[in-house]
Amino acid sequence: MARGLAKINEIDGKYGSNKSALIQILLEIQRENNWLPKDTLMWVSQKLGVPLTETYHVVTFYKAFSLMPKGRHSITVCLGTACHVRGAPRLLDRVIETLKIKPGESSTDMRFSLDTVNCLGCCALGPVMVVDSVYYGKPSTKQIEQIFATCE
Amino acid sequence: MSEVTLIINDEEVKAEEGMTILEAARSVGIDIPTLCYHEKLAPYGACRLCMVEIVRGRGSSLVTSCVYTVEDGLVVKTESEPVIKGRKMLLELMWARAPGITALRHYGIRYGITEVKAIREYGVIVDRATAKFEIEPTFCTLCGLCVRYCAEVEKKNAIGFVGRGTEREVVFFPQIARKWCPGCQECYSLCPTGALPSHYALAEAHHST
Amino acid sequence: MPRLNSATDLERFRREILAKRDGTRTVSVTNGTDGRTRGSQNVVRAFVEEIERQGLREKVEVKSAGCHGFCEKEPIAIILPDEICYVGVKPEDVPEIVSQTLANSKIIERLLYEDPTTGQRITKETDIPFYKYQNRTVLGNNRFIDMESIDDYIAIGGYSALAKALFEMTPEQVLQEVKKANLRGRGGGGFPAGIKWETTRNAPGEIKYVIVNADEGDPGAYMDRSLLEGNPRSVLEGLLIGAHTIGSHQGVIYVRQEYPLAVENLSIALEQAREYGLLGTNILGSGFDFDVEVHRGAGAFVSGEESGLMRAIEGRVGEPRPRYVYPAVRGLWGMPTNINNVETWATVPLIINKGAEWFTSIGTERSKGTKLFSLVGKVNNTGLVEVPMGMTLRDVIFDIGGGIPGGKKFKAVQTGGPSGGVIPESLLDTPVDFDELTKLGSIMGSGGMIVMDEDTCVVDVARYFFNFLAGESCGKCLPCREGIYQMLKILNRICSGEGEVGDVELLEEIAEVVRDFSLCALGGTAPNPVLSTIRYFRDEYEAHIREKRCPAGVCKALISYYIEPEKCQACLICLRECPVGTITGGKNLIHIIDQDKCTKCGTCLEVCPPRFGAITRLSGVKVPEPVLQGTEVIRKRGRKK
Repeated sequence: MARGLAKINEIDGKYGSNKSALIQILLEIQRENNWLPKDTLMWVSQKLGVPLTETYHVVTFYKAFSLMPKGRHSITVCLGTACHVRGAPRLLDRVIETLKIKPGESSTDMRFSLDTVNCLGCCALGPVMVVDSVYYGKPSTKQIEQIFATCE
Repeated sequence: MSEVTLIINDEEVKAEEGMTILEAARSVGIDIPTLCYHEKLAPYGACRLCMVEIVRGRGSSLVTSCVYTVEDGLVVKTESEPVIKGRKMLLELMWARAPGITALRHYGIRYGITEVKAIREYGVIVDRATAKFEIEPTFCTLCGLCVRYCAEVEKKNAIGFVGRGTEREVVFFPQIARKWCPGCQECYSLCPTGALPSHYALAEAHHST
Repeated sequence: MPRLNSATDLERFRREILAKRDGTRTVSVTNGTDGRTRGSQNVVRAFVEEIERQGLREKVEVKSAGCHGFCEKEPIAIILPDEICYVGVKPEDVPEIVSQTLANSKIIERLLYEDPTTGQRITKETDIPFYKYQNRTVLGNNRFIDMESIDDYIAIGGYSALAKALFEMTPEQVLQEVKKANLRGRGGGGFPAGIKWETTRNAPGEIKYVIVNADEGDPGAYMDRSLLEGNPRSVLEGLLIGAHTIGSHQGVIYVRQEYPLAVENLSIALEQAREYGLLGTNILGSGFDFDVEVHRGAGAFVSGEESGLMRAIEGRVGEPRPRYVYPAVRGLWGMPTNINNVETWATVPLIINKGAEWFTSIGTERSKGTKLFSLVGKVNNTGLVEVPMGMTLRDVIFDIGGGIPGGKKFKAVQTGGPSGGVIPESLLDTPVDFDELTKLGSIMGSGGMIVMDEDTCVVDVARYFFNFLAGESCGKCLPCREGIYQMLKILNRICSGEGEVGDVELLEEIAEVVRDFSLCALGGTAPNPVLSTIRYFRDEYEAHIREKRCPAGVCKALISYYIEPEKCQACLICLRECPVGTITGGKNLIHIIDQDKCTKCGTCLEVCPPRFGAITRLSGVKVPEPVLQGTEVIRKRGRKK
């Protein structure tokens, strides 16, 4: 927690106590910590003088924020229009069947988190699945199983 | 403040510059339905019930009367056909979400809504990619009067919005609410559905940590 | 690097760069996000290493460039000035390219683009049909610039338009030029930029803001991303010119969360510009001060809407506000603000340098210049294309896009993202033009162009868009939040075989109110996908509702896969490939699908050997009773095993 607090102070120092920096600060903390604990939210609200209600509205409004710890490996399936037309729903089905979790959830062993996104902008590869920032285009069921097996 | 003259439903109405159409209409007793409007709060524009038709030249458009400021010579129709058509649908949509409430019932009677045909039941969508759309009927119309009153007038921010789209809801923040709400309770009477007291009780009960 | 303190400094510096590069060759490799997903980073690295190894460092420059547009064929390496174009380049190909082409000007045939109709190999990039019919005034420069190099941008004339605007023209003259050019917003609204600029310029107040809207939320559109990754300085230059004209000294670039490379390259570009005296105080010695902040989005489509965007910059929830005052008069922090899209800003330097007359010579009567589109979906040449306004949709999809893969039939093209509509085959000769597309019930939008074929179900597409919109609605206003949700429910019912007569009419009824009563443009344009699909494909809706049939064979609840007993040759392939093990049978025994367990994934249809063609997809008809388990196949006479 001490290390976390130091990091938060660093991030906060970068932006000053400007209320308008709320989203940018939270984004950095999210990137560093992978989720936003309640204490952190209360601390940031206090620091910036933003009502707690507003902070909570912000973190539940924008999809980049997670109020729960996320799994070690992030799996994202693109549901953009081009990917949809090329069969993204079927890809998502297969991923859900393999991981046994739904989008927005993390596996109980905290190995995986599954999310969907509306267009990553690599439509030529579609349908696209991203595993920990590595992009896979048109993965077959077998490939999907193999890829997940390598994630500890 | 200079005076302007506008025409509402073929009647000449005098109003002060800077007034909204809604204020001008109410000043002469013309009733425009509202849900999220309150004199003490900044106009919110969420319920859309107060929309009226304004005529300009050959064209007309629909505007939010709680926000749109009066202009000299402005022609306003508060009960024209497109306006009523929209209001009916808006009321139906509201009751589809909150079937048990009696708010605005008199408008339903005025516009002849005898059944809510927009949807059969407000229930579950079974679709993997949209797994999050599992919503139950509520007592909240999301008018925001409670949230805004607590923020703008009481300045306590004990209650707020969370979520987006149909997941949007109004939530008491227990650590702040238990300090201020028992002594205030101003929002209880503002709520068009009267559901706030039980909402508060539930929030208090959950706050065990 | 000493600061550039005047227009002459800039011009002199440019000549110095060019002189140093005289006689050298360049290999420009596509290395944007798209290319990187196909390994282009390794290709770039291989080139750098190999060129070093072969001692060619003084003679050849490697450029890590942004997207060239032909995403389907990336990684692409272009050799300049020859314009030799190699497609699908792998790191293993690099040593050969360096020794053969770069060192000895010899062409490697197998790496050239092969025309699918003629079989011909094409050497020059501009002869490739995909590029030949385009007019790449804005995106084309991506080829000549290393994404991290300000010198490259200056070498091709970058910042000269800024110098012209600062020293050779008055702000009023610049404004008139932009107005004369009739530059209409490229982000979706199509509103004349010149008028926006003028309103902001004339609005009372000392402090004014300029904003680059790089939220690009339409799924399937990624033009802005490619511009920001590959040529961020063109956007910056446009912004500077606009700021100077309007009288603004502070800008914000709002980039969506999902574009990390764009943010990185933008930050590099800003740092360099400050170093060179092209950003910050006393720009180019003109006395003009201006700086800019990058603001990241946090994942909300509605924050791409102007008022939602400004609220997001203010650190708040990105909910649009009811307003009858334009941002140009009262915007960010209550100050006059001019917001334009990335592509719009990037077009400004071209107009200043080449003139409004040049710009208006391209395009139609009321839509001037070129427009970037992301041509994606069921099309052969997926990628970013730049065409003059007025080119027909047919030409874009077939001449440039190369038509529909797999010999399938074209069905419709969707433009304008979730705010747009579909355009059927009968209207393919419509020119790309703001007003023409609006007349048809769609919009130009930011430029997403999704091609659909006979295997695409338009009801499913409408449902897809409503699913998207329901998740993105901010939820503040009643019609958008509730109306979109109800329409989604109805569409879901239709697609799952529970549609009822009257559903289409109910959809239209709700749609009208959502369109007319919503607070912002998200709700205001949300009905377009459903209204336009009903307009042009009403029969498809009716088939779903009355016959419980999905003509395109997509809606799972309405389709069944069936193995025809007379055709099955018991090859065991589908049996093995079925992911849920629902096919029974065996060697010489007819395969049977258990309809109750079948998940309609379609794998069996995909894997059944074409010479047997035993599997069909049925819709709207009852699945025939299966034969008895253990029935033997009927061997075809004369069939080879």
